[in-house]
Amino acid sequence: MKSAMRTDYYTATQNACNLCAPLGAALVFKGIANTVPLLHGSQGCSTYIRRYMISHFKEPLDIACSNFGEETAIFGGGANLKIAIDNIRKQYCPDLIGIATTCLSETIGDDVPMFIKAYQNGCRDEDLPALVHVSTPSYQGTHMQGFHGAVRALVATLAETASVEGPLSVNLFPGMVSPSDLRQLKEMVAAFDLEAILVPDYSETLNGPLWTEYQPIPQGGTPVAALRRTGGAAASIECGLVLSGEKETAGTWLEDHCGVPLHRLGLPIGIGASDLFFASLAAISGQPIPGKYTAQRGRLLDALVDGHKHFNGVKAALFGEEDLVAGLAAFCGELGIIPVLCATGGGNGRFVQTVQSVVPERYHDQMQILEDSDFVTIEKTLEALAPDLLIGHSKGFTMSRRLQRPLIRVGFPVHDRVDGSRMLHLGYRGAQQLFDRIANTLIEEKQKKNHVGYTYY
Amino acid sequence: MATGANKKPAEVRLDRQDPEKIKARLLAKYPPKVARKRAKQIVVNKVSADGEVPVISSNVRTVPGLMGQRGCCYAGCKGVVLGPTRDIINITHGPIGCGYYSWLTRRNQTDPDSSADGHNYIPYCFSTDMQDQEIIFGGEKKLKQAIQEAYDNFKPKAIAVFSTCPVGLIGDDVHAVCREMKAKLGINVFGFSCEGYKGVSQSAGHHIANNGIFKHVVGLDDTVKEGNYRINLLGEYNIGGDAFEIERLFERCGITLVSSYSGNASIDAFANSHTADLNLIMCHRSINYVAEMMETKFGVPWIKVNFIGAAATAKSLRKIAQYFDEQELTDIVEQVIAEEMPAVEAACADVRPRTEGKRAMLFVGGSRAHHYQELFAELGMKTLSAGYEFGHRDDYEGRKVLPDIKVDADSRNIEEMEITPDPERFKPRISEAKKAELEAKGLQFSAYDGMMTEMPDGTMVIDDLSQYETDQLIKMFKPDIFCAGIKEKYTVQKHGIPLKQLHSYDYGGPYAGFKGAINFYKEIDRMVSSRAWQYMRAPWQEHPELSATYAWE
Ligand code: SF4
Ligand code: SF4
Repeated sequence: MKSAMRTDYYTATQNACNLCAPLGAALVFKGIANTVPLLHGSQGCSTYIRRYMISHFKEPLDIACSNFGEETAIFGGGANLKIAIDNIRKQYCPDLIGIATTCLSETIGDDVPMFIKAYQNGCRDEDLPALVHVSTPSYQGTHMQGFHGAVRALVATLAETASVEGPLSVNLFPGMVSPSDLRQLKEMVAAFDLEAILVPDYSETLNGPLWTEYQPIPQGGTPVAALRRTGGAAASIECGLVLSGEKETAGTWLEDHCGVPLHRLGLPIGIGASDLFFASLAAISGQPIPGKYTAQRGRLLDALVDGHKHFNGVKAALFGEEDLVAGLAAFCGELGIIPVLCATGGGNGRFVQTVQSVVPERYHDQMQILEDSDFVTIEKTLEALAPDLLIGHSKGFTMSRRLQRPLIRVGFPVHDRVDGSRMLHLGYRGAQQLFDRIANTLIEEKQKKNHVGYTYY
Repeated sequence: MATGANKKPAEVRLDRQDPEKIKARLLAKYPPKVARKRAKQIVVNKVSADGEVPVISSNVRTVPGLMGQRGCCYAGCKGVVLGPTRDIINITHGPIGCGYYSWLTRRNQTDPDSSADGHNYIPYCFSTDMQDQEIIFGGEKKLKQAIQEAYDNFKPKAIAVFSTCPVGLIGDDVHAVCREMKAKLGINVFGFSCEGYKGVSQSAGHHIANNGIFKHVVGLDDTVKEGNYRINLLGEYNIGGDAFEIERLFERCGITLVSSYSGNASIDAFANSHTADLNLIMCHRSINYVAEMMETKFGVPWIKVNFIGAAATAKSLRKIAQYFDEQELTDIVEQVIAEEMPAVEAACADVRPRTEGKRAMLFVGGSRAHHYQELFAELGMKTLSAGYEFGHRDDYEGRKVLPDIKVDADSRNIEEMEITPDPERFKPRISEAKKAELEAKGLQFSAYDGMMTEMPDGTMVIDDLSQYETDQLIKMFKPDIFCAGIKEKYTVQKHGIPLKQLHSYDYGGPYAGFKGAINFYKEIDRMVSSRAWQYMRAPWQEHPELSATYAWE
């Protein structure tokens, strides 16, 4: 097994493969009902992050900002934060304001928790929205740290331990997946007669219909009341194998403080990982796996057997968010595709080991695993590996063009295709769709290169 | 000039609504202090007989918690002005996000084959990707290394460094690092202190970029490019290939383009741009500083042009001919216009039956909200309301208000460079007498009358429009088309109203010049005549009795 950290190559970053922390946090806050994300810092960050996420989701996506000026940068941002909260309340009457910091407020060391306390003390008898803060300095972590940090902050701020009446509920921390994936997960959980409390759930807010009436904040998302009930759930499921090495997550918080049992799984990508996911739901609910899913699984396997000839020995390069890449690597293993390169811009030092653990050993000596990487490094590495196809997000396009290899778009960001928010990766159906897309791409390549023009494959 | 507004009293009332009442409704939900501030930025237009317009507050800090359109100083400096130049390696000094988000996000095109070495770094994103360690101990060492690595890999002619917010706070001296690396590498290396918290919008970054280019690049090469009628085109960024279309027209007319700031630009052209004989300004907001400095130091005069709109294009070409005042040029320009216009007129006549009388709103940038009103007018469409994202009072009310603009805390921290005539190279391009003669014939130098003077009375001019106000305007007016950027696009379209992106052109274009006008007519026709919106409500939502029918069947 060969693996490398980026430091083997360059000090600076050229064409990064990760984004900055408050983006992840803002996305999480978009998955809470009637919530406004607020970045504490200068307006450029919130504008950039809004602009960037919108190019992927193609939906309204508003992020407020406390709008630092030069004097704020010198004297601190307490006053600005207060004004921002006041104005957001007046305009939008939200149930929750999710406050993430930018590098600027972090560098000057603003004490946001203290500002929030002061604000709450200052309006004791008013009906205040919940104020949730997460610290997101981008010089310490990527958008994924921001994402998981915000999920943890939400439950840590709001969860109550009180015993819960009504249907059995399960907390589901799905990681950074698509709105279609979230819808699929909810359906899966509901099939076990469980109530899913998804944190976050932007399946409606970031993939909604046209409006027949004006909506100040797009409808959908997990209600604040549901967040409070996370402390009384039957169990928590936290997706992401790399994440599962993290000591402080939403899941561990609920386990430590409210005694909610925690299931740490990989993202349910492919057969094995989806099986484990369903097994957890069955264990939590005490119900068998619904026939509908057994049938989906059967159809998927049938397609796999029939399509095996297209995949065997094919070499793929995977890149993007660490847990997505780990999940895809496992799925490639199931298909008979060799993931010759697995690369991420983040990784937390656990990526290499995680990927190794999910890919069959027989492939290991043909693989490179890069953590904390960027596209210049990835591309350099790929020159020797000669992959047949690339699987990753839109930022790999330049590389795909230069290497003349097809790019199958997955994850985030996808801003050069129309279906970024509708792509399905999870469960048997997600696997089926990935399978189809990969197979069709490989066939198309073959067909293009063939001189006769065969139409049967 | 006021385009006939005063002659058409029918337009005084805004879409049959009272503009003052609309204004009151926009402000109703704000806390009193915010409402007072916004009230000065929301103005009902009125052009007096001698061309006076009301004062509008602009280039002031956005209130925290109001979601606006604006970006930061860094975005204006790196993204807008320097970004379109293909052969400078732009290194973002800061944490990863700022650089990542400005990586190939603007739709400025470039043609690397038009310079000899073919360098093109636009597809790259270089960042020092600061980590904890640099925030605590300083990032100069890493910056040096980043410059070295960029040099080793690409051997560029020039490297520029852009500071983001944390850099200013930890006190890195990027200029010292750049000087050191410039001496070491023997290429041009220069830095910009364009931390995002400076100024109130991108506009501060434009100014800083103008200063930096002027200080570090302009005047480095005195070679005089061959050709007649040598001009620079300033403030044209080649979005969607606009500059290519304008270049085509210049070529047809025999006008020599020395440099362009900075669409399809090369740093070599900036270096000898001071040898041109006339500066043309497209986007006044982002680039007027370079023009002013070039005039003071080298004696190159400037005029305002606009190549958005067929009539405006013809007018701008005629202005150039008027300036050079040679029969030969005047003849070619007239001939080119005569040859280009029939296709434009035919295209316009084709779509006008469907666009006539439709209503538009434009909130974008620092010049486009003004320029694009020309194209809508050609389509017979009315502009109900318009405003800039980062314009100043002079962009609204005209440069005559420049002496009255107050310097506040946010503008004070942007350097105003002291420029004096170059002892050897200052050369007035035309004599005072000639200038006076041309002025008498109607050619205005160093003049921009702003957007409001050309808008009808009763239209609403709104500076730094917020998302909340956007929603209210949409609700109250249901315009036929809304022009802004991608941040506003999907909210507006949720209401079934098409939004045309005037930053990226929705990846279409060009819209400049004659061919561009034709493209725009077709695009707007497609948007305002689209039938998709009529399906917004399902039949059973429209007629509830239907749902019963469906159930019964
Ligand atoms: S940190 Fe500063 S420079 Fe970077 S995007 Fe934010 S406001 Fe702009
Ligand atoms: S300053 Fe930090 S938070 Fe802001 S855009 Fe840059 S990396 Fe992201």
